[in-house]
Amino acid sequence: MSRVRVLVGTRKGAFILESDGARRDWKVDGPHFGGWEIYHVKASPADPNRIYASQTSSWFGQIVQRSDDGGRTWAPLGNQFVYEGTPGTHQWYDGTPHPWEFARVWHFEPSSGDPDLLYAGVEDAALFRSADGAATWEELPGLRTHPSAQSWQPGAGGMCLHTIILDPADSNRMFVAISAAGAFRSDDAGATWKPTNRGLKSNSIPQEEAEVGHCVHRIAMHRSKPNVLFMQKHWDVMRTDDAGESWREVSGNLPTDFGFPIDVHAHEPETIFVVPIKSDSEHYPIDGQLRVYRSRTGGDEWEPLTNGLPQRNCYVNVLRDAMAVDSLDACGIYFGTTGGQVYASADSGDTWTSIVQNLPAVLSVEVQTLP
Amino acid sequence: MIRVVLPAHLRALARVEGEVEVELNGTVTQQALLDAIEARFPMLRGTMRDHVTKKRRAYVRFFACERDLSHERPDAPLPASVAAGIEPFLVVGAMAGG
Repeated sequence: MSRVRVLVGTRKGAFILESDGARRDWKVDGPHFGGWEIYHVKASPADPNRIYASQTSSWFGQIVQRSDDGGRTWAPLGNQFVYEGTPGTHQWYDGTPHPWEFARVWHFEPSSGDPDLLYAGVEDAALFRSADGAATWEELPGLRTHPSAQSWQPGAGGMCLHTIILDPADSNRMFVAISAAGAFRSDDAGATWKPTNRGLKSNSIPQEEAEVGHCVHRIAMHRSKPNVLFMQKHWDVMRTDDAGESWREVSGNLPTDFGFPIDVHAHEPETIFVVPIKSDSEHYPIDGQLRVYRSRTGGDEWEPLTNGLPQRNCYVNVLRDAMAVDSLDACGIYFGTTGGQVYASADSGDTWTSIVQNLPAVLSVEVQTLP
Repeated sequence: MIRVVLPAHLRALARVEGEVEVELNGTVTQQALLDAIEARFPMLRGTMRDHVTKKRRAYVRFFACERDLSHERPDAPLPASVAAGIEPFLVVGAMAGG
């Protein structure tokens, strides 16, 4: 019988939750790296026992941990992220030039075919690559040296590269997203990049439809349709059908189109999930009601999913990397909150249960479907 | 042997308990001591000072002999009692946060 392993990064450590395919009873293991911020934990699709974790601290900096036994034991590996050449500057909050400074790894994206190959999205925004299982890292500088980069500005959470999508149909194509620079695509394995923000409108920047400067919160793709991407922007839920050449808004009847995560059903490429959040200054659900919204039409038409979720006095947030899906026949959806709950649905979102409570604030959730 | 007290998080990372002892030849400076610690415990590289610039991380402090040595020059000799192994060199996570 299949098993599910949920990898949870929190403000004070990592947790690993495991269940059989029924997804009713969960074993909670952790905290791993207690007291450290764990921005992201993600396993290699090529080797399910290979797991990478980004362990960070304002005091002691960046640590990269790797497990080769499904999270039972860990070893620290390469943590040297050095920008290639002279880093240059981007815009600071006050508009002045600010030197590029490495702060932390927000996101790991392991290759689907090689357990030793993975990418790291970092703050200040740049993309790094390791071909030796995270022992050493090299920057792919074409992104950070894009002509627009001097104008990039950090969002409130820092200038982070938080989304990396590797095109399953084209090994040379990859997508990234940066707050608050926008979405970018490479068609040559990360050597060069183009902004892919046409169609985005952001009223918090001087030119609403500028080529860069948009606060993209998250992008998601279904493997069977690599030219279709879904985006949760600061405000607005968007989709593209041409690999980012143009976007259109699909917020439709959402009660608010502000939010952070977005994800796609494992078996239905037009079924997507978001968690609407009241506003950019009130990072909690409307009316204290935690609702996931599902669209079965690739956007525009949305339905609230509330069964099993708190519908009163709930004022948590769900961060951008804190939603994931499993690939069991009945697709499971998972998300973690800043209140330390991880919710799971074993029926595509129809009903939900809290599978662990009272963790530190959840930063990231990833799911492995194991044989 | 020079005695070093690491903060709890770095002891966990280095998988050591209690004080760490390192041996140094020549003048005992903060830089030489940190080099020796990092050579013995490579997983601590980047946690106390920057990989490249060797600048102390902002929230890391160095104390010894009831003095804050954080702002001393990295190549300045450490107190004789630290070099003699009488007093420990303390790596401290600064008080920060609410």
